[in-house]
Amino acid sequence: MRAFAELIDRLAFEPRRNAKLALMTDYFRATPDPDRGYALAALCGALDFPAAKPALLKALIAERADPVLFALAYDYVGDLSETIALMWPAQPAEAETGRLGAIVAALGETHRAALPARIAAWLDALDEQGRWALLKLMTGGLRIGVSAALARQAVAALGGVAAAEVEEVWHAIAPPYPALFAWLEGRGPRPDAADALTFRAPMLAHPLDEAELAALDPADFIAEWKWDGIRVQAAARPGETRLFSRSGDEITAAFPDLAAGLGFDGVIDGELVVIHDETVAPFSAVQQRLNRKQVGARLLAAFPAHLIAYDLLFAGGEDLRALPLLARRARLEALVTAAGTARLRLSPLIPFADWPELAARRADSAADPAIEGVMLKRRDSPYLAGRPWGPWFKWKRAPDLVDCVLMYAQRGHGKRSSFYSDFTFGVWDGERLVPVGKAYFGFTDAELAELDQFVRRNTINRFGPVREVAHGAGGGLVLEIAYEGLQVSTRHRSGIAMRFPRIHRIRWDKPAAEADRIETLRERLGAAPPPSRRTVPARDDGG
Amino acid sequence: MSVRPEDLLHPRPEGLYCPPGNFFIDPLQPVGRALVTHAHSDHARPGHGAVLATRETLDIMAIRLGADFCGTRQIAPYGETIVEGGVAIRFEPAGHVLGSAQILLEWRGCRIVVSGDYKRQADPTTPAFAPISCDVFVTEATFGLPVFRHPDPAAEIAKLLASLRRFPERAHLVGAYSLGKAQRVIRLIRDAGYDAPIHLHGALEKVTRYYTERGIPLGDLRPATGAARADLAGALVLCPPASLADLWSRRFPDPVTAVASGWMRIKARARQNGAELPLVISDHADWPDLTATLPQTGAGQIWVTHGQEDALVHWCQAGGWAARPLRLVGYGDEDAGGAA
Ligand SMILES: [Zn+2]
Repeated sequence: MRAFAELIDRLAFEPRRNAKLALMTDYFRATPDPDRGYALAALCGALDFPAAKPALLKALIAERADPVLFALAYDYVGDLSETIALMWPAQPAEAETGRLGAIVAALGETHRAALPARIAAWLDALDEQGRWALLKLMTGGLRIGVSAALARQAVAALGGVAAAEVEEVWHAIAPPYPALFAWLEGRGPRPDAADALTFRAPMLAHPLDEAELAALDPADFIAEWKWDGIRVQAAARPGETRLFSRSGDEITAAFPDLAAGLGFDGVIDGELVVIHDETVAPFSAVQQRLNRKQVGARLLAAFPAHLIAYDLLFAGGEDLRALPLLARRARLEALVTAAGTARLRLSPLIPFADWPELAARRADSAADPAIEGVMLKRRDSPYLAGRPWGPWFKWKRAPDLVDCVLMYAQRGHGKRSSFYSDFTFGVWDGERLVPVGKAYFGFTDAELAELDQFVRRNTINRFGPVREVAHGAGGGLVLEIAYEGLQVSTRHRSGIAMRFPRIHRIRWDKPAAEADRIETLRERLGAAPPPSRRTVPARDDGG
Repeated sequence: MSVRPEDLLHPRPEGLYCPPGNFFIDPLQPVGRALVTHAHSDHARPGHGAVLATRETLDIMAIRLGADFCGTRQIAPYGETIVEGGVAIRFEPAGHVLGSAQILLEWRGCRIVVSGDYKRQADPTTPAFAPISCDVFVTEATFGLPVFRHPDPAAEIAKLLASLRRFPERAHLVGAYSLGKAQRVIRLIRDAGYDAPIHLHGALEKVTRYYTERGIPLGDLRPATGAARADLAGALVLCPPASLADLWSRRFPDPVTAVASGWMRIKARARQNGAELPLVISDHADWPDLTATLPQTGAGQIWVTHGQEDALVHWCQAGGWAARPLRLVGYGDEDAGGAA
């Protein structure tokens, strides 16, 4: 446990990416199985201890500390695990807690009723660093500026293989990954990903620059609606389905209704949406299903998840990715028909003869809040991982939406005075985020509570009533902001002000690095960049 | 007690005021007569008519603020009683920085102790704090939350020296507040057996020299400015915390940035200060020491000047003490940069 605690403590303060990688690779080299495997799982967010909830931890500290003092301390520190680790009554002597592997095993096996006493005994035996590490491990989300991809890159370096090779086998293996380490150390074969339901890197579309439309032949393209849901990859075979987000995180547990309702064999790329009475519901309905650890029957009935399929990567074990789009689509149509389930729909094609006709249909779709615009895909395009330029374009309808990153939050007034409800957000300007506006509304009370939690847990700085929220390429919350127009502003460092900005939706799923850039707003404004801009040295905020 | 403590001392916008003695303690604005607990700039401000403080505090104020920082000055030696308007005044060590004092006021049987800033940890660079029995204890609460438990400073210094051994080619920049913390950190480094030269940022030089003149040996000290870049590889360099982020720090090859402050216990604060190597070393009392000290004074009332006063006041009240926050605005600002 001590080695793991030291590792994540040092990672938390190490700003340099290469040094983070070296720390992790050294740890994996020096630490035996299964400890290192569980550490890797923790770094990748792949461990879940449903019984070790924040409520349990709060109850433990409530038995040991004055509740008012705890509340004041928690508000000051802003992180539950850290607050408890620091406040836990110090014991006269450190005892031995056992290895990380033994603790993880015990967390999984200990009966729910016995768990509080078990956890308290560990906390008594550990020092502060160890307590913090254990609490972080149990509650998930280490927040130490290390992404899952970075951790996998570090473990790849152990065997001198490319990170992509580890990515490819990742969903075929499970903690504590003995086969992975055996392979990387030359003691065993490469884990077999072909036989498992694994994630395949998806194909992404470029935003369409309308000026380029004239150079494209409409006859080369098909068009589909761009649904306002979440992009998922569904990998299924008889008796088993796994759902992955666009970034490769497994989300099957959040959508048991969909996972159980897809009777097919293959890998589908599609949009996860909620359908009510044969109508695709707006994104806010899908949002009700996100970030929930427990999915109750009421939620499943109120927001039934469906999959609108638009591509087929594998049929059975057959890899179709090299085939032209229309050939894949023919196989997809057959598969959807054969599946015969209402949960799985085929993405309809939008008939059009020329670009003006498609533009008109796109404009008409404004009546449907579940449609963001249209997708254009070359009929002959193979399915290529990444974001190749040319085969696929997304043509969003509303140009008055922009993806920003939350930077600062301030407490509100009146009934919102206990919530951080005033949000300052920014877009990328080179390697840095530059603030472009403030929003006070556009979210439900439930969303406000979630935003407030996010702000408290990710505070990196305080200026009076204002909290600076962790924001950087490595971590940060993307807010899709809707606005009514742009103006030149001398008051904002970005040189741009928004009219009536509001939070259109919270993109829990989107990496901060993929938020929009200042150039996007400048183009929309039609303004030249301001003559001189202050440059401030960027500092890695550790995510 | 025949008089109310408020008749002897109460807060005014300028600071804590003593009507019978007609003086302020650590006033925030220029006043006619001031008693100054210690030379940190949030407590020791320029422009007063007359200042009463320890010799070291007066000397350091002159070094930092200029020789003309006040009209007239008077030395208050530790342990000696000085009477002003019928009020007996006594300065006693506060253990915070060189020259720091707690001030005892006694008037018509009422005893009030103003602690200024204080700590209970051992510190070879300043005489130790001892509790003084009193009716009202006026305490700071910079680290007045139960999450603040300062570790053994020797163990923190050991981390710094271990990092120097691990990265012998990298300069180690230690951000430490220029009065008190820097000199204490140097002394701790020497006590840990490190006797190589330590380089100082220019802002630390004068006060550090004053410490050595007062008989506190700090070993081989050299200016960081002017040293050849190559000589600074693997060097140990002390600077004010704010300098870690500015241009000055770029002269060092691939530096490790350490910060010595009680705030380093909170990870978000450590990262905000750019600390790769946080060293939890504080010149203030931590929560266990605050809560141990208050009963030792025997005071029936606790007044809290600055810091996390809500938590400390709650703790006192839960324990049956009369306690109240004084809500004085203006202290602790200097600590915001990592002084604590
Ligand atoms: Zn001070």
